[in-house]
Amino acid sequence: MDRIPILKMGAYLLVTIQVDMHDRLALTLQDDLTMQIVKHRTRGVLIDISGLEMVDSFIGRMLGTIASMARLLDAETMVVGMQPAVAITLVELGLSLNGVRTALDVDKGMRALQAAVSEAGQDSNESFEL
Amino acid sequence: MSKPEQKEADRQSREFLGSLQTALQRGGTEDIGGPEWITVREFLTDFSAVRAKNGYSPSETASMIFSLKESLFFALQEEYAADAGALGSAVWTSSKLLDNLGLFTMEAFQKSREEIISRQQQELLELSTPVVRLWDNILALPLIGTLDSARTQVVMENLLEAIVATRSDFAIIDITGVPVVDTLVAQHLLKTVAAARLMGADCLISGIRPQIAQTIIHLGVDLAGVTTKATLADAFALALRRSGNRVVREDKTKRAPVR
Repeated sequence: MDRIPILKMGAYLLVTIQVDMHDRLALTLQDDLTMQIVKHRTRGVLIDISGLEMVDSFIGRMLGTIASMARLLDAETMVVGMQPAVAITLVELGLSLNGVRTALDVDKGMRALQAAVSEAGQDSNESFEL
Repeated sequence: MSKPEQKEADRQSREFLGSLQTALQRGGTEDIGGPEWITVREFLTDFSAVRAKNGYSPSETASMIFSLKESLFFALQEEYAADAGALGSAVWTSSKLLDNLGLFTMEAFQKSREEIISRQQQELLELSTPVVRLWDNILALPLIGTLDSARTQVVMENLLEAIVATRSDFAIIDITGVPVVDTLVAQHLLKTVAAARLMGADCLISGIRPQIAQTIIHLGVDLAGVTTKATLADAFALALRRSGNRVVREDKTKRAPVR
């Protein structure tokens, strides 16, 4: 598998990482995701990492950079389902991902993302239902 | 010594003497590592384990072996009354044997004491990190006692596992029972809060006592990104409010009395 699938759900993009990430995969995901955000005029990205058992500093940093890139393209990023071991590792590595929104599972993440997006989109008077 | 104790000591002495005799008859020398001594060694191990558990002192345990010296030397003196050289070497051999047995007892005693201590440490570790569910989606972790790295690691893992298992949005770490907070403990607390946030849960810290607040500021630890409350009640109220719950006091006077 050399690509991580990116699903479009309404105004949102859904990325589920089910395999252990390696560096090339992470870079491809960055490319694909930024392209999709621009193409679909996405306002919110949900990344589900519940299947991710191991992280290193590169993958941790990548989560942060994806969020920053998405922010530049006017999309909110929500990372959901992080495993305790992964969270501990990231904190020990000094990567607290300060700009990234987090939630416990996809359900809660989607609700919070909708709230965040409608809050951010208030000035443009658009609505972003699924 | 009470009567049952006397009886027990009597029985143990008999058993010990019996196994000692068997070992010597089988040709055991003063080197007690040999196969002839297996029964004696087993007896002594059991004996000192029981003694350690019942709170006997080391000298009380060892004196059981060493009390044998007096009677043994008297017996030898009678036996070898005519031959001073033979008496000397017999006393030397038996003395060495008894010393070895005594040392073995002490080692076994010490070992069973250490086992008790390490088991208690383990139990303490398990007992001291309970994660309590206060409400739907609100967990509390009351910490009691000094925090060291090993304990904090267990605390952190337990809390994060519980957050996943109960899908809780809020976790309150209460440090009322923590006597000292140093930079290391503060660091660990910050890490736990950051890890919980990464998983999507909000982590509040409560029960910071006045002295501890002073220490934290004097140490220069930055708790700015963490929500802190004075008491667990305050933190719980905040968590309820943030999760959209409201606590209302019912006005009893307006209600009709229930029969």
